[in-house]
This record gives sequence, C-alpha cells and structure tokens, in this order.
Amino acid sequence: MTEWVDIGALEDIPVRGARKLKTPIGCVGVFRTAANEVFALVDRCPHKGGPLSEGIVHGRAVTCPLHNWVIALDTGLAQGADEGSVPTVPVKLAAGRVLVDRGAVSLAQAAE
Amino acid sequence: MTQKLVVIGAGMASGRALEELFALSPDAWEVTLFGAEPRGNYNRLMLSPVLAGEKTYEEIVTHDDAWYRDNRVTCRFGEKVTGIDRARKVVISEGGETPYDKLIVATGSQPFIIPVPGKDLPGVITFRDLDDVNRMRAAAAKPGAKAVVIGGGLLGLEAAAGLQVQGMEVTVLHLMPHLMERQLDPAAAYLLQKELEGRGIRVMCKADTGEIMGETQVEGVRLKDGTEIPADIVVMAVGIRPDTALAKEAGLAVGRGIHVDDQMVTSDEDILAVGECVEHDGNVYGLVAPLYEMGKVLAKTLMGEAAAYKGSVMSTKLKVTGVDLFSAGDFAEGEDRDEIVFRDPSRGVYKRLVLREDRIIGAVMYGETADGNWYFGLLKDKADVSEMRDTLVFGAAFQGGARLDPMAAVAALPDDAEICGCNGVCKGQIVSAITEKGLTGLDAVKAHTKASSSCGTCSGLVEQILQMTLGGDYQAQTVKPMCPCTELTHMDVRRLIKSQQLKSIPAVMQELGWKTSCGCASCRPALNYYLLCDWPGEYEDDYQSRFINERVHSNIQKDGTFSVVPRMWGGITNPAELRAIADAAEKYNVPTVKVTGGQRIDLLGVKKDDLPKIWKDLNAAGLVSGQAYAKGLRTVKTCVGTDHCRFGTQDSVGLGIELEKKLWGSWTPHKVKMAVTGCPRNCAEATCKDLGVVCVDSGFEVHIGGAAGLHVKATELLCKLTSEEAVVEHCAAAIQLYREEAQYLHRMYKWIDAVGLDHVKARVVEDAESRRALADRFYYAQRFMQQDPWSERASEGVHAHEFAPLAEIA
Repeated sequence: MTEWVDIGALEDIPVRGARKLKTPIGCVGVFRTAANEVFALVDRCPHKGGPLSEGIVHGRAVTCPLHNWVIALDTGLAQGADEGSVPTVPVKLAAGRVLVDRGAVSLAQAAE
Repeated sequence: MTQKLVVIGAGMASGRALEELFALSPDAWEVTLFGAEPRGNYNRLMLSPVLAGEKTYEEIVTHDDAWYRDNRVTCRFGEKVTGIDRARKVVISEGGETPYDKLIVATGSQPFIIPVPGKDLPGVITFRDLDDVNRMRAAAAKPGAKAVVIGGGLLGLEAAAGLQVQGMEVTVLHLMPHLMERQLDPAAAYLLQKELEGRGIRVMCKADTGEIMGETQVEGVRLKDGTEIPADIVVMAVGIRPDTALAKEAGLAVGRGIHVDDQMVTSDEDILAVGECVEHDGNVYGLVAPLYEMGKVLAKTLMGEAAAYKGSVMSTKLKVTGVDLFSAGDFAEGEDRDEIVFRDPSRGVYKRLVLREDRIIGAVMYGETADGNWYFGLLKDKADVSEMRDTLVFGAAFQGGARLDPMAAVAALPDDAEICGCNGVCKGQIVSAITEKGLTGLDAVKAHTKASSSCGTCSGLVEQILQMTLGGDYQAQTVKPMCPCTELTHMDVRRLIKSQQLKSIPAVMQELGWKTSCGCASCRPALNYYLLCDWPGEYEDDYQSRFINERVHSNIQKDGTFSVVPRMWGGITNPAELRAIADAAEKYNVPTVKVTGGQRIDLLGVKKDDLPKIWKDLNAAGLVSGQAYAKGLRTVKTCVGTDHCRFGTQDSVGLGIELEKKLWGSWTPHKVKMAVTGCPRNCAEATCKDLGVVCVDSGFEVHIGGAAGLHVKATELLCKLTSEEAVVEHCAAAIQLYREEAQYLHRMYKWIDAVGLDHVKARVVEDAESRRALADRFYYAQRFMQQDPWSERASEGVHAHEFAPLAEIA
C-alpha cells in the first residue's frame, strides 16, 4: 500500500524550479511547473549523472545543467535525439502540500 | 522603334506593371511617370510597421532612384496632372503637355471621409501614404496624446495598433457590431477585440460618429448618442473609393471605378488602367494581390501578347505584430452550409471552416494561421474535401496519419498552392526557380519570384520550400530563429522588445507569438538578458530563467559540486586575503585549490550546502564574488607596469583595478575578459581579450574584439587615448554598445563581425556625444547591478531555498 509522506508546501518550490529531496536511494528532484504541476525524478541525468534539479524547467521538461539534455518530467524520458531515461517517483499535491510515495524511495523497494 | 508610354500614378500597381513590362522588353517603351507624392514607389502595405516604428521608410522603398534611372524612366514626382486630351493624345500637367502613344491610368484611390461637421479640421488624418504616417508619428511624440481611429477594419486596426505602440491613448470607433465584419465572424472578432483591449486600445462598436469637435484643431469626437471622446488626432480609416476624377473628365467609361476589360484596356483603346482605380467585371479591389495580377496582364497587353484578367478571390492577413489572423472566402452562415469549428480558449485559438457541397468556401482563423494558405488553396481549387473531413480542421500536416514534422506540411502542398498571397506566387514556381536557376537562399528567391518580397509573412514557408528542395545543401541564411519556440531571430526579438515596450518574459512570449507555453532553456536566458539590459531598474530579474551557475553564483562541476572564485582586483592580493582563502579551503575540505589564468584563485569541489557559509567567511575578509560564472565582466588581468617593471610605461595595475571596480557586476551577452598591459611586450596578453589596454609612452591604446577560447582572435585597435579617465569612459561605452546590440551568447568579436568595427568606432570613438550617452546608460544600469551576490545570499538570506534540501526522508 502506498504511504504518502508530506515533504513540504508547494510554495517552498519556486515556480519553474525544483528542490532536492534527500532519500535512502539518493537525491530526488522535486519539480514545479509554470502550471503548478509537481513531478519528481531521481536527480541523476541518464547522460552523465548531472543534477537535474539544478536545471531550467520549461513546459513539462527540465534541461540538465551539465550538457543540456532535455528530460520529460512526467515520463523521465530523454527528449529529442538523445536516448535514455531516469526513474520517476510518484508524487502528488494535496491541499497545497507535496506528498511522495515512501515506498518508491526506500532501499527495500529500490532493490526489487 | 520605341513608343511613348505615359503613366499617371506611381504606386504599387503601376510599379509592378512597369516591372512586368521591363521584364518582357526592356527597350520597347520610353516611359514618363507622374506621381502625386514627391517620391517614388514604396511598399504601402508596410506603412503599418513604419507607423509602429518597426521599420523605416528606407526599408520599404520598392523602387529607388537607381531603379528608375536604370530603366530610363522619366520621373515627374509631385507634379499634378490636370487633364488628358484624348484627341491629341497628350497628358496635361503643371509642367506642360506630354504626348503618349499609350497611357496607363493608375490613380489609385482616395480615402473616404465621412461627411460630418469638423471633418476638415487640422488633426483629421487619413492613413494612406507616408505623409500621413509622418503626421501620426509627430502627433504621437507628444506625451499623453490621444487618438481616435474611425473605422475598425483592416486599415483602422493597423493604424490603432501602430499608434498605441507609439505611446498614444487610442480609441477605435466602429459603426458595425463587430470588428472587421467583412473579413471576420463574430467569434474571431471577439478574440481580436480582446487582444487589442489587452494592449490598452479602447474599442467601441456600434459607434456612430456625429461630429468632430474643435475650434481650430481637433479636440475630440462626439457620437450620435452624445458620448464625447477627447482626441488630439482623428484617423479616418472607414474605407477607400477609386480615384476616377481624371478619367471621368477625360470622358472614359467610369462606374464605381474606371471600366476595364479583361486586357485592362479602358473604353479608349490607347488608355489602359490598373490598380485600385479600376472596376473589372463589377468588382473594385483594394488589396495588393489582384493589383499585381492586373499588372501582369497589362504588361502583356502592351506587348501585344494574349492575356486575360479573370478577377481575384482574396484572403486577408492583419499586419499587427503578435496578432495571427487569417480569413478567406465567404463565411456567412446559411442553410446549405456546414461548418467545422475548432477552439482552444486557453491559447486563444479559433478556426472555422465553412463548407458547401464538400468544398471549402470560407475560412477564418485566429491565433494559429499556419494552415491558412493550405485552406485557401483548397478553396480556390474548389477541392472535394469529403475524404479528409474528420481531420480537416487540424491542418495539412495532419492529413494521412499522425502529425509529421513541419516540413511535411510544406511537402504536402500541391504545386499550385499559393505561398505568397501578395504576389500570387505558387509553390511550383518557387521550386522550379530554385532548381532551374540554382537559387540557394531566401533573398535569391525573393529576387527571382517576388515571393516573400512584399509583406514578408510567408518567408518562413519559402525557407521551408528551399530546405525541402535543396535538402542538406540548404542552410537558412536570413531567417534563423532564436530557438524552436519562435520564428523570430534574436535581432528581431531585441528590436521588438524595444519598439513594443515589452517588459516581461510572458509579455514577450504573448506578443511575439511564442509557440511554447513558457519557452525553453535556450530562449529564456536570452530573453531575461535582453529585458534586463533594455529596462534597467524596471525589469525584475527572472532567476528561474538563468543557468544554475548564475542562479547560485558559482560554477557547477561535473559531480554537482561547485567552485568558488573570489575577486582579486586587477590580480592584486595580500597576505590577509590569502590567509582567509587558505582557512576557508581547510574548513570546508576543499579538494582542489588552483590558480586561474585570470590571476585569481579557484576553490574547486565545494558542496552546494556549504556555499553560503564559505562565502560568509570570505566576505568577512573583504573578498567578494569574482563572478567567474557570469555572462559579465570576469577579470581585468594586469602586469605590474611602472610600479616595478623596468619597461613599464604607465600604471597598468592601477588602471586595471579602476576598470574592474567600474565595470564589475554588469550582465553582458557573453563573458567579458579584459587586460591592461604596461608596455607593448604585452605580458598581460591584452591583445586576445574582449577589451585590452596596451600602455605606451604616449598614453593608452584600447584594443577590442579578441578572444582565446574556441576561436583564437587577436584584437583590433579601437583608439589611442591620453588619459586614464578617457580609457574608462571608452571601455564603459564600448561595453554598453555591446550590451545593447549583441545577440545573447555572442562574444564581442562575433558582435563586431556582425556590425563592423567602423560602426563601433563611429559610436564609441568619433562621436563624443554618443560615447557619453552610452557611458551614462551603462552607469545608470550599474546602480542596480553592483551588489555582491555572495553577501546577499550569505548574510541576507536571498534565495535560501537554493542551498538546502526541501526535506529528507530517512
């Protein structure tokens, strides 16, 4: 069963920006789009491990700060000619709070 | 033997007819050209952009003096023609009599002035020629000036938008219930009205003008219902009527316009007529495409070739920057008609196709008009669309499966699809011109086919045809959009930001029709820079549109750690600073300490969370950010100069520090590296910097445009100066000119490649007033720039969220 953990308010994340979430499986980037949607991705670009949460958020995508790969926030897939993907982490908004699925970021789950 | 051809009227219709004639036979005619305006043929369609300040008159001239001279046209501009004596075959004008073998009447049209009291007051202006535009621009120069535009059609709205851009308070009065009722249905007119009102233009429909008020000058307009609207000028844009006075007096057959047959010949076989003054088969035309079709026929008739004009179906585009609007054909509702409607309110998109018996008879599009010409082609061809009815409204690219790349839309067009509506050029003509004449660029296509040479809105399509035809051989030459979010180039965007007073990223994206909701990682940093540069103190930096390095004022490293580089003014440091740097390096376990090429020290491998702390420690020792990450001034490298060196000629260190203190903090299109070297031996390597000062016995040489990165470029000499103050002023002015003119991410040398060193010298060196104004603008902007980003973040809590995780899950 999904256990949703409150990690903060939507307002704590800049619009068209991101914050880092420290978890047992490493850093997760939590993104907020211009339309106030929230997405979470493992914070490692499939290219060379760049911290995606430091990138520029545009539409439903983020551009990696290291070599400009563009990663779709909803699927974790690299866009355009680049190939690769990064795991997504279930996240949802409830009453202005951001919640993530604890199971998805726990070591036991990740090992499966 | 050459014959005498006299032309009355030097507008676009006769201009095109002459072009066609000279193309058929350059020497057959000896041409005399009369024009009412004191100038030759210019592109009247482009008066709106001139009014809006987006183009200059020079840019819209179609035929310059050289063209008339080369074609041996005797120009009699500004000379009034008073009569035509058909019996003796002479034209009578102020300058005497001019005999003709053939005569072309191209007198165009007169603006319609509604017959109300006050219509003759000074300040009532029509929108017809360059003099009108100049009058409107002069009125707009007065701060807070108000304009009333009578007429909410194509012309009136273009005038209103232009005047509003010029800073006037504008009210549009329209007699009918909705705007542009001849071209738009109410739904599209609503979107248009909302757009115009959003720009601050007041729109009043069903407004019936009763009188124009004022004693000696326009003071306002009173409607028949008693409403009064104050105004400094009133623009009459209710319509035009063919100017037939001369023809009528000469006894030619005249109805609404001068009667012509399919060969453009009037009731007198030696007199032809063309353009807005003619009536053909009961129709009078006021748009450019039919006039050009007529011009072609007229030229052939004169040469004795068979040709016939068969009337025109027309489409319309509104030339207001940021408004996408297209209409063609008949779109009234009716029993025998079907319609297909597509709306996307959030994007303000509206498309409506009107069908009769499975054929498109009308199309109205607002907000997204890329498929306009495709629909117009189906309409003109009376094509049966029953097969694709379900997906028709999604456009050409959608036919036959999933949406393809934009090229597919062009590839799918048939050869006779019209690409350039102004000049009536189809795809097939363009393709064959490219292949037969070996054309490789947009300008060549313009020159050979005339496509895209009038209003220019089809230049993107023409480029796509070039690309499709030439494949990999084609590289877009003139139109390289700044990114996939727009068709506009960097320079277009910079110009429009200023001319339309766009002061935020959403405003730019909305007004310039961005194709994405919030841009991309390529355009947003550029827009942020342009706005910051153009509106200092007004525009608020959008730091989410900055790359991480500029957002957290450090350089990101490959492992996600950061580097910290304190400024060392002119490369000078002291034991206390070095001690503070050493202490910080130890305290924060900095793995690598390196001396940079810019004469300062780099602490590499700092964890992001530690950044505010290490900055605070360095601030305490008086060190500030070296902005080693910025598109801005990096370093001013120096040699020791007269302080110690036996060859030094000037105080290069002192001047270097002075320059760095004055110039740091400013955002520029790309990084700026400088150096001051004490003698021509050039130990500080000043001649491969963006700006380099070489000290000599007699003073200072300022060099510009060097680089030693991806490209190695030696500088060029900008000027020689005799005082340090002059050096600082010239450098500040040069940087400001670069800031205002360069494309984002272009180093100084690329900018100079584009504008030319002479231009930089003219603005920075030769014109003292221009130099001072540039330096003043630079220092004004510096008032908002020279704040140490480290101390703001280390001590004042700016952007604290950047440096701490949102949460931690155990």
